Amino acid sequence: MAYTVPRPKLTFREKLYLPAVAAGLAITIKHLKNMLLGRTKVVMQYPEEKWDSHMPPHYRGAPTLVRDDDRERCVACQLCEFICPPRAIKITPGEIPSASKSEKVEKFPLEFDIDMIRCIYCGLCEEVCPEQAIFLRKDYAITGLSRAEMVHNKKKLYELGGTMHGLVNKWNEKK
Amino acid sequence: MNDFLGIDWFFLATSLAKTLGIIFLVVLPMVSYTVYAERRISALIQDRLGPNRTGIPFTNIHMEGLGQPIADAVKFLLKEDLTPAHVNTFYFWLAPCLAMAPSLLTLSVIPFGSWLFGVPMVIANVNIGILFVFAIASLSVYGIVLAGWSSNSKYSFLGGVRSTSQMISYELSLGLSVIPLFLLLGKLNLVDIVDYQARNGWLLLPLWGEGLTLRRWLLLIPLLISFVVFTISIFAETNRLPFDLPEAETELVAGYHTEYSSMKFALFFLGEYAAMITGSSLIVTLFLGGWHLPIPWWSSGAGFHFALVDGAAPGIPGILGGLFNIATFFGKVAVLLAFFIWVRWTLPRFRYDQLMRLGWIFFFEIALVNIFLTAGILFYLP
Repeated sequence: MAYTVPRPKLTFREKLYLPAVAAGLAITIKHLKNMLLGRTKVVMQYPEEKWDSHMPPHYRGAPTLVRDDDRERCVACQLCEFICPPRAIKITPGEIPSASKSEKVEKFPLEFDIDMIRCIYCGLCEEVCPEQAIFLRKDYAITGLSRAEMVHNKKKLYELGGTMHGLVNKWNEKK
Repeated sequence: MNDFLGIDWFFLATSLAKTLGIIFLVVLPMVSYTVYAERRISALIQDRLGPNRTGIPFTNIHMEGLGQPIADAVKFLLKEDLTPAHVNTFYFWLAPCLAMAPSLLTLSVIPFGSWLFGVPMVIANVNIGILFVFAIASLSVYGIVLAGWSSNSKYSFLGGVRSTSQMISYELSLGLSVIPLFLLLGKLNLVDIVDYQARNGWLLLPLWGEGLTLRRWLLLIPLLISFVVFTISIFAETNRLPFDLPEAETELVAGYHTEYSSMKFALFFLGEYAAMITGSSLIVTLFLGGWHLPIPWWSSGAGFHFALVDGAAPGIPGILGGLFNIATFFGKVAVLLAFFIWVRWTLPRFRYDQLMRLGWIFFFEIALVNIFLTAGILFYLP
């Protein structure tokens, strides 16, 4: 059997409709007023204002390489290359020349490329690195005009990463 | 020279100047900036910012997005003007013109100022004034109907059909709601109506002249009803929310202009906003004193009174007065346009049967009763 939806019983004031219109107009003009007086929080005006100063400390931006004072930290173990889910990292390992102080201790990367078109900023490379050589920094606007430009080579990665002193207790800040 | 070939060349030249001036210097820029205002105000109402970037090209000067209408116009002109294969080409091309022309045509009888350089600031001072407006304004429905029909698309067709019924329904209450005015004034000429209001107080603000009598204050009741019915009918005539059923983006894609692109679409758009300006000017002319703005003044002779800014005065004061009156008129129109926008971003759309009910059962009857009310007051308080 057909069921008729019961309609609400309206009062005279509600039927008149105009008081509701006036109330609605009051609400919208309130929003307009608050916007004009700058009381409403609005979106960031991007190119002029940027996230830089509001970034949380744990933000995962572009992965970078870090060097110690006297040598580069990366020992070309290739763990990051193997764990990288989108396979963005490509490392060519090389032997450290005999003249160096750390000869025969470790290897070093001849080439270290991160394809920033592939990178998904997951941070697994940072997590897996046994030498604390790779860190995700706060750079988020990685742009380029060609695919080649979007591949960060070793020089660029060190440029973004800079030098770091001592070890960082990444996973346990209390130590 | 003034009578060469039996033609009044001075009249012809001034009329032409007024026509071109009002269309190209006032109405079309006003249309573009109404679109801009619509976007900014709607954004502010919805806690957004709206277009605030477009300024001077190739520089970093944003000017709060005031360049947006110009960029929009360039975009409309440069887009591909597409005529689909399945349309009736002749009517498809005719419809946008018919949508734009009536609203510009109606402006010709509206007095947008008093006098300037000894020339009356109305393009055509015709005695049938308001009848002319109604006759031409009702033509604008053809633009929409032809667009809906010739597009050969179900959405356009539904939009066109809805628009026809809506405009016909509301034209009735539109016409009936102004009859109390003519019972009171006995004239149809819009210039005379504004002159009367300048001397005797606006119809909705009878504060000076002979406006202080009991009769005028009693007449305020039917005039206020007239004003409300007329304003709401203008909303329906111009297809503005809450009466935008012909377009109804959420139901009909875009209604009657679904199949249109480029400048033809822009003409519909301009026509809609030009109709808004015409409607606002009509409300201002009929109820809100037209170009007249009372200046509170005190002089030792007359005491406190409202001074009349006279555009017909000789010399510089006359010119300044004339310009002031024109500015007053378009200022009032701008306020009403802002009100139109404000209402649009507040109210939801009516359902079709609600719309018809409102038009035929409420406004038609209210306007009719209102006529008798006015006639009664005028009969007992002549």
